[in-house]
Amino acid sequence: MSVSRSRCKTPSPRPRVAPHIAVLPKSGIRDFFELVNTMEGVISLGIGEPDFVAPWKIREATIYSLQRGFTHYTSNLGDLKLRKAICRYFQNRFGGIYSPETECIVTVGVSEGLDIAIRAVTSPGDEVLYHEPCYVSYAPAVSMSHGVPVPVLTKAENDFVVQVEDLEKAVTPKTKLLLLNYPNNPTGAGMTLEDKKKIADFAIRHDLLVFSDEIYDELSYIPRSPSIATLPGMRERTVVFNGFSKAYAMTGFRIAYAVGPHDLVDAMMKIHQYSMLCAPGLSQFGAIEALNSCDEEREAMREEYEQRRNVIVKGFNSMGLHCFLPRGAFYVFPCIQSTGMSSMEFATQLLQEEKVAVIPGSAFGASGEGFVRCSYATAMEEIQEALVRLRRFLKKKGLH
Amino acid sequence: MAQKTQQERILALLKRNARISTQEIADRLNLTPAKAEAAIKKLEEEGIVRGYTALIANDTETITRAIIEVQIQPERDTGFDKVAQQICKFDEVVSAYLISGRYDLHLEVVGKSLQEVAHFVASKLSTQPGVKSCSTLFLLKKYKESGIELEKEEKYERLKISL
Repeated sequence: MSVSRSRCKTPSPRPRVAPHIAVLPKSGIRDFFELVNTMEGVISLGIGEPDFVAPWKIREATIYSLQRGFTHYTSNLGDLKLRKAICRYFQNRFGGIYSPETECIVTVGVSEGLDIAIRAVTSPGDEVLYHEPCYVSYAPAVSMSHGVPVPVLTKAENDFVVQVEDLEKAVTPKTKLLLLNYPNNPTGAGMTLEDKKKIADFAIRHDLLVFSDEIYDELSYIPRSPSIATLPGMRERTVVFNGFSKAYAMTGFRIAYAVGPHDLVDAMMKIHQYSMLCAPGLSQFGAIEALNSCDEEREAMREEYEQRRNVIVKGFNSMGLHCFLPRGAFYVFPCIQSTGMSSMEFATQLLQEEKVAVIPGSAFGASGEGFVRCSYATAMEEIQEALVRLRRFLKKKGLH
Repeated sequence: MAQKTQQERILALLKRNARISTQEIADRLNLTPAKAEAAIKKLEEEGIVRGYTALIANDTETITRAIIEVQIQPERDTGFDKVAQQICKFDEVVSAYLISGRYDLHLEVVGKSLQEVAHFVASKLSTQPGVKSCSTLFLLKKYKESGIELEKEEKYERLKISL
């Protein structure tokens, strides 16, 4: 004890924080977060989680599990009943068959699932392709595994679907893995079956692993298409990540899962076992209830998001801030280049002048510059009031 | 899960909030306001939507409400319907259902006071031809109506920003 204390006081020539962690950027919009938090009366379109509360049946099942004294560890892979429910769900949804015993693991959010999966396959120097703008954890997760994150930019003109031509330019003999996230946070982009087939061909051609983060899959507004894992030649190279946070409004439960070939799930399980042991038992019992009896509640929420999407997209386009009709998730990603402001300037001024919070696109990678992310996981009255304020904001600046 | 029809979507929106504007219905469902208005008119004309009413929390201080279960002697040809329709003509009866079990009709009756409701039951309802017996249950407090809980649960403040 005394030794370590003295170390704290005496500057050591050795860096205390590992260099590869020290260089990780903190979220680029921390100051903006702080600003939002100090203000009253803000309408926030900056929230990346459902505004719905988890359906009562789920909450009640969780309470009941406590009453019965289910307060113990579960299997490292997760309670078998839950894994069976997950594999049954996956088969019904996509026709993909996974073994609950060996090909399914319950994780603490998709964030943990992706982290352990990336750690399980990445050796120092391995290159990992990911499309950008994207969720903020992908590149850091790769860096933390001593891999090399390689961004592939997606463009508004393609509705932010990653293009094989662009992937081809980025792939090298060192490329091991491709990360996918459709429906996409922050753009609301989605992939059709045709899009997925092209990506699958690319992955097979270059012998890549594919990790597909499908957390927003249930929040799709286009005809359902199979997971990329179910396309020919993909099962053995693909791990699919999904969870309960978005579809069932269970973000605080921290509960998700991954399905994939046995060797990869087994490798993930080792890391999970030594770092997490198992996902919270209570949340697992809530998740079983979600899969077994909450289809209608889930669909009702999806439909409400879809209707809000229609309202918000129409609102933005009518103000001259162009955005395409999102195919999934609960975000719109309007282009704000016509205002002449950077996305950070736009977000800051909008917040200060009209108390509406949106996320600067640059938070999701350099290619998000020129856009802002607006969440419609917000009550309709708030969306409508935010649109009124936005219109006033643009008018004051002579931009509309 | 089967896709809902446009009519079902409009009904669901009206059920949740009968005061929703035509513009909002149109925006939510990607319709023109004229199309949305026409669809609502059609629902009214076809008798699917019979009216719009307010959901009022606890009015039991000013109004006395009672559930009255009624046993009926059914009639040849018309069964329970004729007697039920006769009973529905009273303004005091605000809702009426044919039910299974020991009783046949389930009524909700309102009056200005307990005495007034009791008087209605004794002098009007139980004396109707075809009514065999009544059981009156006075309502003390309302917790939920039309799917809406009257005591809202405390709202959890989400983080103002999350990625």
